[in-house]
Amino acid sequence: MLRIEYAYWLIAAFLLYTGLRNLRERHGWHAAFWLVLGTLFGSGDYVLAQQAAGQILPAQIAGAGVIMLALLAPRLRRHAHVESNSAEQRLQSAIRLGHKLFVPALLIPLVTLLVALFGAHLFIAGHAVFATPQMTLTGLALACLVALFAAAHVAQAPMHDGVAEGRRLLDAIGWAALLPLLLAALGEVFTQSGVGAAIAALAGTFLPTGSAFACLLAFALGMVLFTVIMGNAFAAFPVMMAGIGLPLLIHQHGAHPAILGSMGMLCGYCGTLLTPMAADFNLVPAALLELRNPYGVIRTQVWSALWILAITFMLMWLLLFR
Amino acid sequence: MNYWPLLGVAVIVIGFLLRFNPVLVVVTAAISSALLAGFTVPALLALLGKSFVSSRMLLIFVLTLPVIGLLERAGLREHAQRWIGRLHGLTLARLLIGYLLLRQLLAMLGLTGVAGPAQTVRPLLAPMGEAAAEKILPTLDDADRDELRAVAAATDNIGRFFGEDVFIALGAVLLVQGFYAQHGIELTPLSIALWALPTAIAAFIIQSVRVWLYQRRLQRRAASARTEAAG
Repeated sequence: MLRIEYAYWLIAAFLLYTGLRNLRERHGWHAAFWLVLGTLFGSGDYVLAQQAAGQILPAQIAGAGVIMLALLAPRLRRHAHVESNSAEQRLQSAIRLGHKLFVPALLIPLVTLLVALFGAHLFIAGHAVFATPQMTLTGLALACLVALFAAAHVAQAPMHDGVAEGRRLLDAIGWAALLPLLLAALGEVFTQSGVGAAIAALAGTFLPTGSAFACLLAFALGMVLFTVIMGNAFAAFPVMMAGIGLPLLIHQHGAHPAILGSMGMLCGYCGTLLTPMAADFNLVPAALLELRNPYGVIRTQVWSALWILAITFMLMWLLLFR
Repeated sequence: MNYWPLLGVAVIVIGFLLRFNPVLVVVTAAISSALLAGFTVPALLALLGKSFVSSRMLLIFVLTLPVIGLLERAGLREHAQRWIGRLHGLTLARLLIGYLLLRQLLAMLGLTGVAGPAQTVRPLLAPMGEAAAEKILPTLDDADRDELRAVAAATDNIGRFFGEDVFIALGAVLLVQGFYAQHGIELTPLSIALWALPTAIAAFIIQSVRVWLYQRRLQRRAASARTEAAG
């Protein structure tokens, strides 16, 4: 059965390879960074299994590893990667191969789609081929392997050339690759430390509850602000609903529950467009596209988010209290 | 109520503003917030380690890098650019708005993982967009390319976010329904999902207009560059 853990081991192997190549090229800080990260990835399942069994020492060592990564990160230089083929060589190759170059690139979404749609119905000798948790991501990992085979075939290059090219891209991305994970971990630490509860308590003391408009405004802006801080509208929703939505808007002012729930969540989504805490949407693309400003994607999203928020708020005000 | 852990949020804001290394800022914020909440150092390390390894799925995009690296070395970007350059009807705005529509419709069907920054934006949408932009303004510099790629990534995000809420069997709708059910209000998922439609339409219009304005800005720059060259 294909599980998401196999994808993590694959990532670990790639990270360790990147570390070893840097070691051989005598880039000590880069090597240490990728080797520590690769070790964290390879041992992640063990850490979680031990934690579930009540043994927290592995998790503590992993925590120390995370702190080590934070200390190593400022030592890494981010640089655009140097092309291994000249522009002229690439153009010649592009003319020779033509549309065939698109096939492996399209295989990544296509295989992912097939696994997402039909993965649950795939059995070999009575055993499910894909494990249910994270099936789409497992499909994405499989798609990357299939696409690498195809790319090696199309480009008539050995597969390890692909791994070497991938490593050069990863070195160019550098520590930015790590931010999404760290921000997700930070969200978890914030929740455990009671940051959300403290903010909800603060808001409750200042609100004029008699005005439906003031309550709605506090609810919508609270959804945005909370999402910006937590990086996730799903985390903001229960807090804002329990604090303002349910007691004040629905019970006191008679708001329509389905509209409030649906559009309230969408206000949170506008917050997601604005925050580096939603790293997988805002920082990963910036790193992957090699933008020099890690917040470049957020900057272009600001006005879209504010306009969508304004329209959604207006719709709520018009529809909620009919 | 213990308000001290809020200082962790302040660490994030100040650290990002002063442009310290973001990795260092985030880890410092986590440590300070947890310590102020009364965690001991051993408990803090365990929480940090567990939270980190539980989020490993966020690095899965690195598996696309070998494919992208190999294809780019073999001329993927050059081919995408030559191909878009030959398609006369395909302008930058049409490319991005068409992608936005497709992404929203796929997300409405629950297929959010099919497209994305790693799956479609970096290998396909960004190079095609660059080629379409070069048709307008042949002298794109590095800052222009950065902006164009950011617009492509933003279009991808907006299409996904404001499509997925219309799908009844996905997280957001079920979370809303579950919250109400816990508090004694019974709603069908469909009634919640339908009320996401007005915002979905608004988001499509707003982002399309912004893409179109972006294209017009490039066209104006190209026009003024031509007049300068002529004069």
